[in-house]
Amino acid sequence: MKRFDYLKAASIREAVSALAGDPKARMIAGGTNLVDLMKYDVEAPGLLVDINGLDLKRIEETETGYRIGALVTNSDLAYHPGVVRRFPLLASAILAGASPQLRNAATTGGNINQRTRCYYFYDPATRCNKRQPGSGCDAIGGVTRIHAILGASEACIATHPSDMCVALAALDAVVEVEGPEGRRDIAFLDYHRLPGDTPERDNTLRHGEIVTAIRLEGEAAARHHTYLKLRDRLSYAFALVSAAVDLKIENGKISRARVALGGVAHKPWRDLDAEGMLVGREPSAEATDAFAARLLAGAKGQGGNDFKITLAERVIRRALRQAAAGTPQIQHEKAIA
Amino acid sequence: MPSAPPSLRTIPITLTINGRRHDLDVAPWTSLLDLLREDLKLCGTKKGCDHGQCGACTVLVDGVRINSCLSLAVMRDGAEITTIEGLGTPERLHPMQRAFMEHDALQCGYCTPGQICSAVGLVSEGHAHSRAEIRELMSGNLCRCGAYTNIADAVEDILEQQQKAAAE
Ligand SMILES: Cc1cc2nc3c(=O)[nH]c(=O)nc-3n(C[C@H](O)[C@H](O)[C@H](O)COP(=O)(O)OP(=O)(O)OC[C@H]3O[C@@H](n4cnc5c(N)ncnc54)[C@H](O)[C@@H]3O)c2cc1C
Ligand code: SF4
Ligand code: FES
Ligand code: FES
Repeated sequence: MKRFDYLKAASIREAVSALAGDPKARMIAGGTNLVDLMKYDVEAPGLLVDINGLDLKRIEETETGYRIGALVTNSDLAYHPGVVRRFPLLASAILAGASPQLRNAATTGGNINQRTRCYYFYDPATRCNKRQPGSGCDAIGGVTRIHAILGASEACIATHPSDMCVALAALDAVVEVEGPEGRRDIAFLDYHRLPGDTPERDNTLRHGEIVTAIRLEGEAAARHHTYLKLRDRLSYAFALVSAAVDLKIENGKISRARVALGGVAHKPWRDLDAEGMLVGREPSAEATDAFAARLLAGAKGQGGNDFKITLAERVIRRALRQAAAGTPQIQHEKAIA
Repeated sequence: MPSAPPSLRTIPITLTINGRRHDLDVAPWTSLLDLLREDLKLCGTKKGCDHGQCGACTVLVDGVRINSCLSLAVMRDGAEITTIEGLGTPERLHPMQRAFMEHDALQCGYCTPGQICSAVGLVSEGHAHSRAEIRELMSGNLCRCGAYTNIADAVEDILEQQQKAAAE
């Protein structure tokens, strides 16, 4: 690990000005991603801004939902009784990720800002546009088992690895950020971005900004939801493909469908037009098949991940069936209904 | 001073480790795991992968289990740390240590300190109510000898004892 200076920020203002004033500064929260990357010299901040002293550790009930501080741990969020009751999809998705120890350390802000697990990104001996803009992408034509099938570019085919973010995308969460120019809200679907020709940017956070909270608003399915994650082993592994589903069913017909896919793109993947196809229909096999076909219409394999297209189709079908039946996947039960 | 090279300045921190207060000066890039093993010679906590992938380095920080390899020691200023050395001693074993022995829940023993700290954390978290939940909530600890069945037995035993005690 490279040497760095260390600053324990005493206020959001202090953190923001330290980050804004130094392009080589990075903030650290739980450390479970950043310390890992620093050990590989993938990240080598000149200044590490420790934000753990900031007052961002609370889950507050608002008129319409919850405001979750950026430093709330993944465990505290997943087991929060109000969140479990009103946004069970989010709780379930968090429990599908990482391990109990990691979730105890990992924070809400750190989770949404975690970086890709692309093998080449992690290996400074290879070329990677995300790690070193303009250097090339050794993943293309390389080992691509975990790479994107949707929204990739010539510059980068990486995926976003978070489970929590897939649920936040399905739930239309809002990201609150604060920076040198003040505060602003970012719709969750606009937070992460596709790689295009600037894959070094994972998201739309501006220089010097920090995430202060995530807001959950409005109504979410109490029964008709599921987080279904398929991976190379049954626990403690990143998703190959996952789906977060939130349905509203009235008189046997779908009146609202929100479906986000994980493991398939540079951001949690949603297609609002495709979701519209489900509205007004019974949750039948035909409706589901048509939806899956539409959602995956632009899917393209890279060789090693071609299987993901079929896998995604099956995950979508299974997950919609689970959500429609009101039998969400339970993360410690490994059989898939 | 954005362009100045990083200094070699150490940071003063205080940790209470296994009940004993330590006033330390640490380089900010020292992981909690390296501090425990290299500086304080508490070698019970093991380094398996050093990247959060195995759980051998699990310790309790303010009673909560985390991977000490992915935490910088400076981030934990003021915390109470419990390692395997602080859970029990050969003369006075922690009940979880005894359960691991009784259930033969180890072979080489390398993963064991992390398994035991993790299991103690699991019990105090209170989210495991079945064998399937124990397995899932112990999944952050790999055992290359494959002692999983007996590890789950040991944890189940302690949870059952606890439930019985609570019922009485
Ligand atoms: C072995 C292993 C397995 C894992 N498996 C999974 C899995 O299956 N599913 C899954 O979803 N995740 C998984 N993870 C990833 C884990 O969820 C993340 O490492 C964690 O959520 C990051 O949170 P943190 O607080 O530790 O972030 P940190 O490491 O502290 O920070 C991560 C990044 O976010 C930035 N950051 C932190 N806080 C903020 C903020 N408030 N505003 C802006 N930027 C910020 C940091 O600068 C850094 O770039 C795994 C990790 C490991 C090591
Ligand atoms: S896919 Fe993206 S992250 Fe991976 S090597 Fe290519 S540019 Fe880097
Ligand atoms: S040494 Fe920390 S998880 Fe492996
Ligand atoms: S007992 Fe050998 S690794 Fe677990």
